[in-house]
Amino acid sequence: MRRWSRRAYLAAVYLFLYLPLAVLVIYSFNDSRYAAGWKGFTLQWYARLLTNEQLLQSLVNSLVVALLSSIVATAIGTLAAVAFHRYRFPGRRVFYGMLYAVMMSPDIVMGISLLMFFILVGLEIGLLTLLLSHITFCLPFVVVTVYARISGFDPHVLEAAKDLGASEFQTFRHVLLPMLLPAVASGWLLSFTLSLDDVIVSFFVTGPTFEILPLKIYSMVRLGVKPEINALSSLLFGFTLVSVILSQLLVREKRA
Amino acid sequence: MKDRSLFKTAVIALVSLWIVALVCLPNLLVVAASFLERDEFRFVRPALTLDNYRQVFDPVFFAIFMRSFGFAAATTALALAAGYPFATLLARSRFRRTLLVLVVIPFWTSSLVRTYALIGLLKAKGIVNSLLLATGLVREPLSLLYTDGAVLLGLVYTLLPFMILPLYAAIEKLDPQLSEAGYDLGASRWQVLWHVTLPVTLPGIVAGSILVFLPALGIFYVPDLLGGAKSMLLGNLIKNQFLTARHWPFGSAVSVFLTLLMGLLLWGYYASLKRFNPDLAGTPR
Repeated sequence: MRRWSRRAYLAAVYLFLYLPLAVLVIYSFNDSRYAAGWKGFTLQWYARLLTNEQLLQSLVNSLVVALLSSIVATAIGTLAAVAFHRYRFPGRRVFYGMLYAVMMSPDIVMGISLLMFFILVGLEIGLLTLLLSHITFCLPFVVVTVYARISGFDPHVLEAAKDLGASEFQTFRHVLLPMLLPAVASGWLLSFTLSLDDVIVSFFVTGPTFEILPLKIYSMVRLGVKPEINALSSLLFGFTLVSVILSQLLVREKRA
Repeated sequence: MKDRSLFKTAVIALVSLWIVALVCLPNLLVVAASFLERDEFRFVRPALTLDNYRQVFDPVFFAIFMRSFGFAAATTALALAAGYPFATLLARSRFRRTLLVLVVIPFWTSSLVRTYALIGLLKAKGIVNSLLLATGLVREPLSLLYTDGAVLLGLVYTLLPFMILPLYAAIEKLDPQLSEAGYDLGASRWQVLWHVTLPVTLPGIVAGSILVFLPALGIFYVPDLLGGAKSMLLGNLIKNQFLTARHWPFGSAVSVFLTLLMGLLLWGYYASLKRFNPDLAGTPR
């Protein structure tokens, strides 16, 4: 009886988490625009997405932003983690604390602070401002992931590199980076997903000249539920599903 | 001589510059703007004032604050009440790795998509109403959407994984011998929970609560999409001050307020961490 009630509780929470998403995916295949009932299987809502040029453009924009910002954030974040761990420089602890603050700070505060900064320095709101913002909010996640891995290293390996005459860059390139690769990869994947999903920060730092998918969906959803949005949202959910499972498999492989 | 490496200098310069330009400076701007007067054309006028902070306590806005804190507190309480037993069961399960992935998936799924999914469930012709009508429990479809209840449900639904994951991390580390020692000394189930399990997992509870409470204040699209026309929470207030009302200084003052609150909560987190796990607390030395 106790075991049964525990399982029921677990199942109820999973049902809560997944039922809306399951309904969303099922309805994206339903051959009816309005009805709540099942009217047969169709792919027409997915086909219609392909003819919506605005939507496709915003998807391309989103992918470009996510790809570029995740790569730059991973590069800077990895270097930053190394710097925080190996080097002593003024402001080191303050900066590390600032990164934690960025990670915890409400997205909306970050959005408006960046908006004010961009307007002050006279940057036009669009691709560039979006990239700078996304890199900034992804950065701490990369730093924390990579830093955790460096902390687990045997420091003698790095000393050995130095004794053998390696320069700082050579040590980084040939000793640290190969060892850090799994953390760098998961930092990148994290950044890519964060960037692709962000609504709140992007809302403030881009305009109608450069529209990205989450904002496009947001403006469509405000006008009501449509089967096309069901299809689009299902695709996004499917993308997350695949990338989470892939990253889990990666981690498992590494441990085995 | 060792310290004269171009690579090292370049890395430190890049990282410092990035943090100063895109983290420190923007946040200082918000603080500065919150003490300035509003200007119709240039957003702010260089004249010092405390009016924006006074306006925070204006009855209209103060009511929004209290309402928003109420929603955030209720969301946190519900997520904690549902999440704690769930995380405990998860940590003890034989299939915990698979079950954990099933929590990570919604954690990583866009909150906007998940909020949208809830609309499909709650709308007049949605699944919930169809079921209620079909089973004869109601005669007319209930208006579930665009209510305060829908906003609360939406907040709990989108933020629950953010509560479960830190709880799980804390509970999984719990040494079972601790509670066994409690039982051996004659403590009841509740006494062990209250005096052993809860204090040891407190950092997880605080971390999860912060991760739910703060976003619940700021996540403007949940009340926007699930709430009625008057459903205004702190995030919507800030958004409107910047985009509709064009009152940047007041919007900034509200943001400073929110940031101070975050600082206070983080301080509480570190205090709880230091109290129970002194080794884990702190930034790099």
